[in-house]
Amino acid sequence: MSVLRKENHLSQSSFGALVTTDRLLKSKNTKMKTTALTAVHESLGAKMIPFAGYNMPVSYEGLIAEHHCVRNGVGVFDVSHMGEFMVKGKGALDLIQWISSNDASKLTPGKVQYSCMPNATGGVVDDLLIYCLAEDAFLLVVNASNIEKDWNWIQSQNRFDAVLEDISENTSLLAVQGPKAIAALQSLTDLNLADMKYYTFDKGVFAGIPNVIVSATGYTGSGGFEIYVDNASAKEVWDAVFAAGAPYDIKPIGLGARDTLRLEKGFCLYGNDIDDTTSPLEAGLGWITKFTKDFVNSDALQAQKEAGVTQKLVGFELVDKGIPRHDYPIVNVDGQPIGRVTSGTMSPSLGKAIGLGYVAVASADVDSEIYIQVRNKSLKAKVVKIPFLK
Amino acid sequence: MQVPTELKFTKDHEWVSIDGDIATIGITDFAQGELGDIVFVEIETLDETLDQEEVFGSIEAVKTVSDLFMPVGGEIIEVNEEIDGSPDVINEDPYGKGWLIKVKVSDVSQFDTLLDAEAYKELIGA
Repeated sequence: MSVLRKENHLSQSSFGALVTTDRLLKSKNTKMKTTALTAVHESLGAKMIPFAGYNMPVSYEGLIAEHHCVRNGVGVFDVSHMGEFMVKGKGALDLIQWISSNDASKLTPGKVQYSCMPNATGGVVDDLLIYCLAEDAFLLVVNASNIEKDWNWIQSQNRFDAVLEDISENTSLLAVQGPKAIAALQSLTDLNLADMKYYTFDKGVFAGIPNVIVSATGYTGSGGFEIYVDNASAKEVWDAVFAAGAPYDIKPIGLGARDTLRLEKGFCLYGNDIDDTTSPLEAGLGWITKFTKDFVNSDALQAQKEAGVTQKLVGFELVDKGIPRHDYPIVNVDGQPIGRVTSGTMSPSLGKAIGLGYVAVASADVDSEIYIQVRNKSLKAKVVKIPFLK
Repeated sequence: MQVPTELKFTKDHEWVSIDGDIATIGITDFAQGELGDIVFVEIETLDETLDQEEVFGSIEAVKTVSDLFMPVGGEIIEVNEEIDGSPDVINEDPYGKGWLIKVKVSDVSQFDTLLDAEAYKELIGA
């Protein structure tokens, strides 16, 4: 039972932002994990939701205002629910090369790589970031919903004697995102933020705290940094970021805007656009699938690449009025099923209804006419280039 | 959280303003707050006569979609045209400019099935 009786299939979406009344009322009595900043979010009046087992802020002043704040200014996400694994020792690189599809041998200390972990059956265990801390030390950052699954999977593949440590529970992560992020944060550190290239990081003193990882990465496509600190320092760093960012109107941003921001840039969300059954090649992740090395299921994926995929993840925008949602069916002009929607929203920046979905290759070219089945109607849509927002 | 005492309510978080056999219907302050930024309202039932509890449209926030249910049965005689161009008025003024439909009620005794403000407050824990 929902706010106005939500449709059942929507409440099964992996993204937790589908707030329901009952859930809200009950959530006070159920045991959820917290981050080091949960009390801060509550004191700011955030709307809290259960997400991947954590009690997380979905919005503060409102999703659309928060979205524009990140696109045009600077905003801060608490994404401490994300998982972090240390991989160290002589076998560290060999293990990472085996479990991940991208070529981690290209990494040097201070570099970050986006990658995915294929499973043995053609799908994806998770997508992740790989930080090269030293030649034989790496930090893997994984999705909150997959921490346990990933940990078990990586351990099961560790015939290289790499030393693994799950530091998720002790690590807080702030994502400070937006075009004003450099200006907002520079006074807090001697690290030169303007010179930090995309997908690189540095370790140093930040807001008076030593050994903080400051990484020029993020999930918004608007620039900015991700800051990894121990839980014990999280509140201090959060407060310092808001004090330093005050002249730039820095604001807290919830997971709702995180989803619209990433979708406008066409970034995949695990559990929606990719999962245990989707091929990285079908998902458009061929650019991080390197057949220059052996990795889990690489033979089968290479065969798939040579044979050609039968479906592809594409971006589309609605021509008719409506909003596409996760799991809505996609049909062709003749009404034949050709795929399904994996993510959809009303884009706050573009003012258009946009989505990602898998379609048969015959309908995957830009400008292909497709139809989204929204409840009892077929709404016209067309395939467009990703990212939706340049 | 506003719950005006002169209105009636449903468990589906709609409000009803009664004037003779004409009911004006919208969603409550609580509902708009839970939904978040409303971006699209679809009501294609103008001039149709629907029973109590039947779906008369849908309302979409950025992340959610919800059906809209008839609090009482009757003919939909007017749809608020302003919400087509700027559905955000539902967030800003749910009991005023953000009204959704006017209904010529078939059976005014159905008004007795609605909740008063006190009962609705209890439902939402306000």
